[in-house]
Amino acid sequence: MKGLLIDVTKCIGCNACREACRETNGLPDVAGDTLQAGVYTVVQQKAEQNVRRVCMHCLDPTCVSVCPVGAFQKNAFGGITYEESRCIGCRYCMLACPFSTPTYEWSSLWPKVSKCNFCPSRLSEGKPTACAEACPTGATLFGERDELIAEAQKRLAENPGTYVNHVYGLTEVGGTSVLYLSPVAFDKIGLRTDLPQGPLPILTFQVLSKIPQAVGLGMTLLGGIWWITNRRDEVAAAEGKEPGTRNAERAKKEKQS
Amino acid sequence: MKLPKLTFWRLVFAAVCVGGLAATWVRVTGGLGASTNLTNDFPWGLWIGFDMLCGVGLAAGGFTITATVYLLNLERFRPIVRPTVLTAFLGYLLAIFGLLFDLGRPFVIWHPLVMRNPNSVMFEVAICVMLYTTVLALEFAPAVLERFHLVRVVRIIKMVSVPLVLLGVILSTLHQSSLGSLFLIVPHRLHPLWYTPLLPAFFYISAIAAGLAMVIFESFLSYRAFRKQIEMHLLREIARVLVVVLAVYLVLRFEDLGVRHVTSLLWQAGPEAAFFWMEVLLGGFIPLGLLAMPRVRASSGGLFLSAVLVVLGFVTNRLNVSFTGLQASAATPYFPKWPEIAITLFLVALGFAIFSLAVKYLPIYTPVHGPIQSETEKKEEVAVAA
Repeated sequence: MKGLLIDVTKCIGCNACREACRETNGLPDVAGDTLQAGVYTVVQQKAEQNVRRVCMHCLDPTCVSVCPVGAFQKNAFGGITYEESRCIGCRYCMLACPFSTPTYEWSSLWPKVSKCNFCPSRLSEGKPTACAEACPTGATLFGERDELIAEAQKRLAENPGTYVNHVYGLTEVGGTSVLYLSPVAFDKIGLRTDLPQGPLPILTFQVLSKIPQAVGLGMTLLGGIWWITNRRDEVAAAEGKEPGTRNAERAKKEKQS
Repeated sequence: MKLPKLTFWRLVFAAVCVGGLAATWVRVTGGLGASTNLTNDFPWGLWIGFDMLCGVGLAAGGFTITATVYLLNLERFRPIVRPTVLTAFLGYLLAIFGLLFDLGRPFVIWHPLVMRNPNSVMFEVAICVMLYTTVLALEFAPAVLERFHLVRVVRIIKMVSVPLVLLGVILSTLHQSSLGSLFLIVPHRLHPLWYTPLLPAFFYISAIAAGLAMVIFESFLSYRAFRKQIEMHLLREIARVLVVVLAVYLVLRFEDLGVRHVTSLLWQAGPEAAFFWMEVLLGGFIPLGLLAMPRVRASSGGLFLSAVLVVLGFVTNRLNVSFTGLQASAATPYFPKWPEIAITLFLVALGFAIFSLAVKYLPIYTPVHGPIQSETEKKEEVAVAA
């Protein structure tokens, strides 16, 4: 499982990562520092820091779980890829993503979702992601997620007072492949600190997984109710009354009352 | 050719149609960007919040009334089965039609059939809505078939009517609640006045209430428009059930707020608390209080007013879950653009228009007399007429 470690203190805001990403993925040159269609990564200025934003590649990804047609897949490297040909454009992934990283081609007539794909072809050639390779200061490190966590914890231990004492992405929504170290509070640099510590997909899975049993139980219960109520009419018929008259008589009485 | 008489409502209908077609043009030529105010921050708008969540929810009368007649065997409700099934069928068709505007790639709306992700609530909703619309089509088919005297086909459908109704109840239970489950995965976005693990239960119970209210609502509109006899005794009974459903809903809703320790949010200044109270007063407490009074249940005006309130409260609830509750977590506030509103009005107008055409040309309120009518139905009519 690969990952990225983004050390905010080391980032100089040169945008080399964004440029490399653009070239590797054949993306257009778009202005602005917000994630949007055709922009997989940006460097934002927040709280006097340069903060790189990119898909977090969650360990238990919400987008993969919510997509009705399975357009998102998590590959062996831990990266989440998007298969455009499956997408129906429901945008549930955008609503559900805890980091709001998927964006949409709103002006297109055949739009697709746009987000970082973790450079799958580079990774399968044994290379790091384009952004990590391009970073001149080592602010974005590529490597095994376990090793990156160890490195991050080493930096926290060796530089007391430099960082907020937390590796962002270690536990957020069950953990992410992209990890952050920051000198200021994470919510000040646009990383939410109020996210659940457990994976989000469990929230819907625990309901969905009960459906098969619910169907079996429901069918039996409803069938049983029908059998009992119908039986009453059969009894009435056997007693010489027409089926349904029991109700009809009652309706008549109610009308009169 | 004789021109139809120009009436106020026909004029309104024509204007709404023109608006709808203009908006369709904008959507088709300019995409979602030109036709909506949706952003990366706020990807779902009016077309999901109203067309889908309300369209499907208000159609819930279809499964409750068919279950009442076919499964609970309460034959006296049979006269309202057809108009209710028609309302439900139209509700689903229009919701799906509306979805074609909302989906980025409407031509591949069928993808969930072949590219399945069973972990997705959206997938489950898609399959259930599709299957249930088929069930509704079959349940409604006899009205069309009788009109063209296709007796044998009607007989075949009637043979499977009980299993069909049973399937309809199961499918409805699943997707009505799942429309709420859609939002279970956004605890980080949805305001705590609405985000609760009980969302599916609340969506289900409120859909039952709204569906019953729609039965009353449409009975009165049909009476006003076509002078169809109102089945007052039936509507009174439905109103009683509605009181119970609303009461259960409200108790559960406030118990849930207490259990989650968020009752203090009810008194916080801001749009969330205001809209929450609007929703529970409009669709809950006020109609509950009204319908609890025998005097109101006995009057057609009182019933109608209460039903309209329940429907309005229901719509407010769905819009609260899909707009109000999500606004705070979005950087840019969302308000629908004119094509979004125009399409929504267009869908509602289409619903009314198709309903009245169906009543005019199909045996909706007056079943065709013939060999297909069961003995029970004849007896019923005699009893009702007496």
